Amino acid sequence: MSTTKSPTQFAFPSRILHWLMAACLLAMLFIGVSMVVSLGDYHTLLAIHRPLGILILLLAVVRLATRLLTRIPEFPPAMPQQERFVAKASERLLYTLFFALPLVGWAMLSAGHYPIVMFGAVHLPPILPPRPELYATLRETHTILAYLLFLTFLAHMGAVLFHTLILRDGLLERMVPWSVRGAAGRSRM
Amino acid sequence: MNITESHQISQPPATSLRGAGLAARLTAIAGALVVSAGLFLYAGGWFTPHKLTPAGIINTFEYVNGVHPGFRRNHAKGVCVTGYFESNGQGQAVSRAQLFRPGRVDIVGRFALAGGMPYADDTPQTIRSLAILFKQPDGQEWRTAMVNIPVFVVNTPQAFNEFLVASSPDPATGKNIPGAMNAFLANHRETAAALQVIGKHPFSSGFGDSPYYALNAFRFVNAQGESTPVRWFVTPDQTFQANSAGATDKNYLFDGLIAQLHAKPLRWHLVLSIGQPSDSTADATAAWPPDRKQIDAGTLTINTIESEATSPTRDINFDPLVLPDGISPSDDPLLSARSAAYSQSFTRREREHKEPSAISTAEVEK
Repeated sequence: MSTTKSPTQFAFPSRILHWLMAACLLAMLFIGVSMVVSLGDYHTLLAIHRPLGILILLLAVVRLATRLLTRIPEFPPAMPQQERFVAKASERLLYTLFFALPLVGWAMLSAGHYPIVMFGAVHLPPILPPRPELYATLRETHTILAYLLFLTFLAHMGAVLFHTLILRDGLLERMVPWSVRGAAGRSRM
Repeated sequence: MNITESHQISQPPATSLRGAGLAARLTAIAGALVVSAGLFLYAGGWFTPHKLTPAGIINTFEYVNGVHPGFRRNHAKGVCVTGYFESNGQGQAVSRAQLFRPGRVDIVGRFALAGGMPYADDTPQTIRSLAILFKQPDGQEWRTAMVNIPVFVVNTPQAFNEFLVASSPDPATGKNIPGAMNAFLANHRETAAALQVIGKHPFSSGFGDSPYYALNAFRFVNAQGESTPVRWFVTPDQTFQANSAGATDKNYLFDGLIAQLHAKPLRWHLVLSIGQPSDSTADATAAWPPDRKQIDAGTLTINTIESEATSPTRDINFDPLVLPDGISPSDDPLLSARSAAYSQSFTRREREHKEPSAISTAEVEK
């Protein structure tokens, strides 16, 4: 542990990646859930879904590296221990899903003997041999994980809104893209 | 920065929020969550249960045919083949896809009967299909599912779903629903016209002497980036023989194909029909004028046959929108709908236990 004072915000790259990925992931969740009930737009949505998924996977790699290599701000001092535990666990869950959803999608297409088309002539190699039963399992896993990600997003958004609008402890300022001095260090204590 | 300053100046304790202010903020948070969840569920079709979806189309297949676990929901009865495509290079005029360069690419394919009954008897009038997967050396694939009728019977997914019900026996009684087809045709003149065209193209005697048509139009893109509307079909080297009413064995079409392939390879020419800018690419029921330029792009040779029990082709989804660079979808609304419905059928059957195909390994080897 460093004895120097903790930063008041996440590192700038982390903050940019947070909002960029939030936009990508929300778009992705809506595309995914629309696609499976769409006839006319299915192909267009799928053509966006595949490369956007790989972009999210790449962003997740950069984000995890940034997260591990930079120092992070403290929680607001008044935040109870149990809530800190839940916040840390949900962060781990979100990071796991950032990797798992694209990888399960990629593996699913591989097992289903589909070419992994990005755009034009650009394809990715399969990461599994063709395996019908595995395709079916991965296809269902992909859906379950997507719903789990959406629920985790709702919980995350609800919690941050609660801190921002009700507790007003500056939690959100740790992650806003612009620079805030003294964020989250403030408290009524 | 203003935001920062205002926060630094006013650090209101949580306890200062009371009554209406607190309620309004809690309501805003609840509202944001409900709206987010609602939009997500709306996008997922939860509030529009009667809208036709890919699952809805496959449910219709299961309604009219019954559920046959492990089998394709359409074109259920089939047999797998392999071979190669020898390109003569002519196709390069309209497409930059690698398979149109002079040379040979491997293919796998599947002959089948239209309909969702995997143990249905072969009949002279059942629509026959040939699905082909071209494996380009660069790893890209072209998958195409063709049938032995020159135009399709409908031109929208909704009409297809209605046609399926109108043209099938009532699952409860096993009899056609009186008037259902006439009522459908009264609303769909394009279908009536298509059925007339289909009637003028009598079916051949078997799988081997039949042409197969891709029905939907696509856009081919060549090395110069020029986009051309194209339809394609394969035309047999085997001499066309008229359908004979005498054959009645339940697998006579497949047995005939097996016997032919045990004797010698079968060949088809891949013919590209080149559309004019004025030709509709969005109406699968309407043929283009007969004088459209045709390009013979090369020869398909099919030389081995295998039952679904042993062939990996059983587990290939012949999604018509698996395309290499150089072939793109057109504005035909059936294309995306086919892709979506095939995917739904594939996902259902791949999680089910597989029963032996009617065209068994023993049948293929005899």
